[in-house]
Amino acid sequence: MARNIRFREALREAMIEEMERDERVFLMGEEVGHYQGAYKVSEGMLDKFGEKRVIDTPIAEGGFAGIGIGAAMVGLRPIIEFMTWNFSAVAFDQILNNAAKLRQMSGGQFNCPIVFRGPNASAKQVGSQHSHAMEHFYATVPGLKVVAPAYPSDAKGLMKAAIRDDNPVLVMESETLYSVKGEVADDLDVIPLGRANVVRQGKDVTIVAYSRMTHVAMDAAAQLEKEGISAEVVDLRSLRPLDEDTILDSVEKTHRCVVVHEGWPYGGVGAEVADRVQRLAFDALDAPILRVTTLDVPMPYNAKLEQLCIPQPDRVVAAVKRVVYRGQA
Amino acid sequence: MAIETNSHITHRDPSATENGPSNGLHSELDHLVSMYRQMYLIRRIEEESARAYAQGKIGGFLHLYIGQEAVGVGAMAALKPEDYVVTTYRDHGIALAKGMSPNALMAELWGKKTGCSQGLGGSMHMFDEPTHMLGGYGIVGGHIPLAAGVAFASKYRGDGRVTLCFFGEGAVSIAGFHEGVSLAALWKLPIVFICENNEYSMGTPLSRTMSVEDVTTKAIGYGMASDRFFADDVQEVERRIRQAVDRARETSLPTLVEVRTYRFRGHSMSDPAKYRTAAELEDRKKKDPVIRARAKLLSDGYPESKVTALEQEVEDEVTAAVKFADESPDPDPSILEATTYDGPFAS
Repeated sequence: MARNIRFREALREAMIEEMERDERVFLMGEEVGHYQGAYKVSEGMLDKFGEKRVIDTPIAEGGFAGIGIGAAMVGLRPIIEFMTWNFSAVAFDQILNNAAKLRQMSGGQFNCPIVFRGPNASAKQVGSQHSHAMEHFYATVPGLKVVAPAYPSDAKGLMKAAIRDDNPVLVMESETLYSVKGEVADDLDVIPLGRANVVRQGKDVTIVAYSRMTHVAMDAAAQLEKEGISAEVVDLRSLRPLDEDTILDSVEKTHRCVVVHEGWPYGGVGAEVADRVQRLAFDALDAPILRVTTLDVPMPYNAKLEQLCIPQPDRVVAAVKRVVYRGQA
Repeated sequence: MAIETNSHITHRDPSATENGPSNGLHSELDHLVSMYRQMYLIRRIEEESARAYAQGKIGGFLHLYIGQEAVGVGAMAALKPEDYVVTTYRDHGIALAKGMSPNALMAELWGKKTGCSQGLGGSMHMFDEPTHMLGGYGIVGGHIPLAAGVAFASKYRGDGRVTLCFFGEGAVSIAGFHEGVSLAALWKLPIVFICENNEYSMGTPLSRTMSVEDVTTKAIGYGMASDRFFADDVQEVERRIRQAVDRARETSLPTLVEVRTYRFRGHSMSDPAKYRTAAELEDRKKKDPVIRARAKLLSDGYPESKVTALEQEVEDEVTAAVKFADESPDPDPSILEATTYDGPFAS
């Protein structure tokens, strides 16, 4: 049996189930408890688990990220919520210099089994300091794992896997997906990290996307279908580890590739995917790999300019037409 | 090795085997012998480290603790073995005082596989899980919230352990200090924050880094207990830190302690310390805590011949540690991926 639930409910179920099975797991962050979560992801969890395990913090990202890391180092399994990943910038030192490096610089003596999670990337007209897609910064760092689900089912399964993982895992949730509904199987357990999902079969082009951009890619694919172009959509789900095999298998089939993400164009996940595809499947390619990204500027407040900056289905359609040589150059 | 350099020293008589029968009774003199031995070991290990650095056997940075030995040794004497310690990049003395073996420490400085962190951490990252030495950290103040997190875990589990967190006065200006100390006070965590105020943040004197030189005035703003004293006398350090450790263990309340101390060397081996005068250094060396402890031993009636014998033992131990480090193999490249993730490598 399956239920149709929202993305935020799926995340909540995952946390509740893992907290019920393991007393070492706790949730900490700004307004996760009494306020019931800034985005209501943790709604009701304080009543269920009490103040010992659902912990409101002051506005001190570096401080409570570090608290989580220290606690993880000696055997607890914290879930640290950033009210948005934008604010994780002030905790970057903790994540980069402590969480990611602890195991290596201690010669393998200490692990850091922690989850950092929260909304990522753009919302609606919240200005440049609240619209960052932060995943690129973290996905470059060895020692971290980074996931970015697009559907409630993946959100639940990946969150459960993240909590059980013995390494630091970052769960990047798109703020715009929290109210999106989807089928979640009653018996869904862990979805392993590092496995992409082919969410749409096609034969003319592979569109690689993740998080909210998977939905944009699906909209683009529907439009392309009307024009006789068959697009396959690969939802990465996990950015580190990256499921190279699923991407390459798809490109071997379609011979063309477009990567869509909300981060800026300089470097990043799109560049990483493009590099791997050209290096490992060069002979399969019939066209250059294109990237559809947020424009190379801080996010503007103005609604029309904001929409211009964030990848929309029409930009994905245009990129696909270029790689199948069916549009304007 | 006749005495283990560790934090057990307040709970058993470590000198019984070499100083004749003690009938298992704790003796204040024996305890001072033990603390002197640790201080002398730290001093000699670091002098040999400086020599090895000059010979090119040790790479990177090397921040010596020489002059500050009474702080680490006195503080650790107030702990139980299961208590945790987190510190900065000036970590050799702290690690030895917590119980790390000189061999593992020297081999780590040499970058060898037999080092405490398999040669991957080096001077600034001394980790030793068995003795609950939770590391030296290289970002000033970045380890303070982490240390509070270790104490948070103790409170969460109710395991009764205390965490000591060491840092220099330079760390007081960075956000990590404020956030870590503030949360520890808010959540009443069993931790003692020990500011080793050696009067210089790298090469900049205290008068040019802080508007208020008394670090413990910060404690008022957090509603936290504090203490402040000079750290030339290892017994005094132990007595004062023990009060803070007891407060943490018995009432789960943190304390901010400022100990005034002085480093005889520069910030690191690359620092000739030209920002201070020779006269200042000579004046401070008159308060050398190692020499002071030795003099106290003799004045308390401990025979000089035994002191000399103890010092010779330490010499032998240091020589053996250097030999061990020299002869140990480099780590195999295969450990790189295995130590980056627990489980399969994720790229």
